[in-house]
Amino acid sequence: MTTVLTPESPGSSGAPRAAARASGPAAPGRPGGPAPSDPADREAQALHRSRLGARRRRRNLLWVLLLAGPNLVLLLVFVYRPLLQSFYLSTLQWNLGSPVARQVGLGNYVEWFTAPTTGRIVTTTLVFTVATVGGAMVLGLGLALLLNRRLKGRGVARTVAFAPYVLSGFAVGILWLFMFDPRYGLVQELLGWVGVASPQWYTQRPWPLVMIVVVYLWKNLGYVALIYLAVLQSVPQDLRDAAALDGASSARTLRSIILPLLTPTTFFLVVTMLLASLQSFDIIKAMTQGGPLGSTTTLMYSIYEESFVNGRAGYASAVATILFLVLLAVTAVQMRFVQRKVHYA
Amino acid sequence: MSAVAPTSTGRPETAPATPAALTAPGPRTTSARRRSLQPGGYLALVLATVVLGAPLLWMVLASMKTPAELYTVPLQWLPGSVNLDNYAQAADSVPLGRLLANSVGITVVGAGLKVALGLTCAYALVFLDFPFKKVVFGLVIATLMIPPQITIIPNYTLVASLGWLNTYQGILVPGLASAFGTFLFRQHFLTLPRSILEAAELDGAGHWRKLWRFVVPMSTPTLAAVALVSVVTEWNDYLWPFLVIDRPDKMTLPVGLTLLQNTDGMTNWGVLLAATVVVTLPILVVFLVLQRRLVAGLTAGAVTG
Repeated sequence: MTTVLTPESPGSSGAPRAAARASGPAAPGRPGGPAPSDPADREAQALHRSRLGARRRRRNLLWVLLLAGPNLVLLLVFVYRPLLQSFYLSTLQWNLGSPVARQVGLGNYVEWFTAPTTGRIVTTTLVFTVATVGGAMVLGLGLALLLNRRLKGRGVARTVAFAPYVLSGFAVGILWLFMFDPRYGLVQELLGWVGVASPQWYTQRPWPLVMIVVVYLWKNLGYVALIYLAVLQSVPQDLRDAAALDGASSARTLRSIILPLLTPTTFFLVVTMLLASLQSFDIIKAMTQGGPLGSTTTLMYSIYEESFVNGRAGYASAVATILFLVLLAVTAVQMRFVQRKVHYA
Repeated sequence: MSAVAPTSTGRPETAPATPAALTAPGPRTTSARRRSLQPGGYLALVLATVVLGAPLLWMVLASMKTPAELYTVPLQWLPGSVNLDNYAQAADSVPLGRLLANSVGITVVGAGLKVALGLTCAYALVFLDFPFKKVVFGLVIATLMIPPQITIIPNYTLVASLGWLNTYQGILVPGLASAFGTFLFRQHFLTLPRSILEAAELDGAGHWRKLWRFVVPMSTPTLAAVALVSVVTEWNDYLWPFLVIDRPDKMTLPVGLTLLQNTDGMTNWGVLLAATVVVTLPILVVFLVLQRRLVAGLTAGAVTG
């Protein structure tokens, strides 16, 4: 049913192999750019020179099928097939589990663009994404600069900061729900110390959204800090010394030397956090279920809700396709930048 | 998982790159003046550690409190005694032992298969010659950019039509394909000294032996990184198992937490938090014991030298 080029297609008459190798597009995300002498290529030439017998080539192909086949089949069946099928489903008016489906063309998309809730969902998604990505970048950089100083016990701090990143998002959501409990939560207690009345975290907009942003930041901060820290530790010491000799304040050094050096990392982190943030689900599911009154329903959450709560799988597939296009656009921007970065670095 | 960041430098990287920052605080020469007391720095460090660590500590403490200790104003900081009643009660409401066994089983089998799939696929991509190799590699890498969310509805209908709802294979199989692992292994294999492998070949070693006797022993750091990342993602996975499973005896721990949340409502915090400890503690222990390797895997591809 799918028309994806599979490597199993017996199109190897031996001749066009070199051409296929030469015209192959550079794989995306391949580190280090095109290596001048790909060892695999060298081996290929050696194989060519040794004039493979047909039997040996067949055996070689069998090995390929045995070693790479299982992974490829799984990728095709559970990633590429559903991707294409999702595009098709988005043109149907179809309920989950129902035997009947009606072809509606782009009707689902039209409905999404005209639905009264769409504006709110997009706004919520934007606010959540900007707040989580922006917050994680700023706080993560601050934490990285702190951890970069020669302080005793910073190893402990680093471990504590990174720990939430490896925990189950759903469990983290439950734990923070208790932290925010309006009567017995730790948060209202601490706010009480500084004389601030705790807002209605669960029920009063915009506080539920603030709540999930805070939890998301707590969970992902350590990751950003750690990546920044790795780069900070590779900043050549003589750069700092030179700046210090010139009488630059530490703020000036940060602004003029360190931040520019961090630019590629910043860009990478923004893209990575953006992609992750747009797909976050567990925390929202655990804490607010998209409520109250849909005030924490993001694009991702609405896909789940439409398909598995309301059963409208066709419409949900259209929303999923829209989200996919957004993620694709983000990735495309990253690709272009990375190609420019080669000159930058 | 994180996307893969191409490095701008042309040098081949040993994957995964583990800069000193991710492993040990490397010595840094600072002037004697700067090395004197830094009260501001220490204050910030302690504050950050307390703020970031408090929720986890609070969770463990709360899970041992009796309702009387939990629901008092002003708050009581410590439980009166180490009491595990909440855990017992959680185990009464949901089959906690069974959930734990399910989670462990699915994590071990899932991560193991994922590593094996990535390992063998990368071996074929690096050490074997076959037509359309670049296309195949492109197919593998491109999946890193396909969000799993978009595949959920079609995969759900497929799994349902196979009769795999409420089965272990229903949880496991759709997420098995390895893209990130394949990528990391391939990156590492390209750095292996080819002379050793050529020597092995001259000795008559076939691909199977070359893979297990030569390539795998030379790839332990990458192997550990990929395995640990797979363990963490498999253990924490929520949405997919939540959709596929609704029978308690087949649930994983995070899904069981949902069950508890729904049955006990939001009233019984002690019990719910006890279950939350059971979900988070195993991964926390893995993280603390194998921190360096795990962090290396989670941040692989991010740190450009």
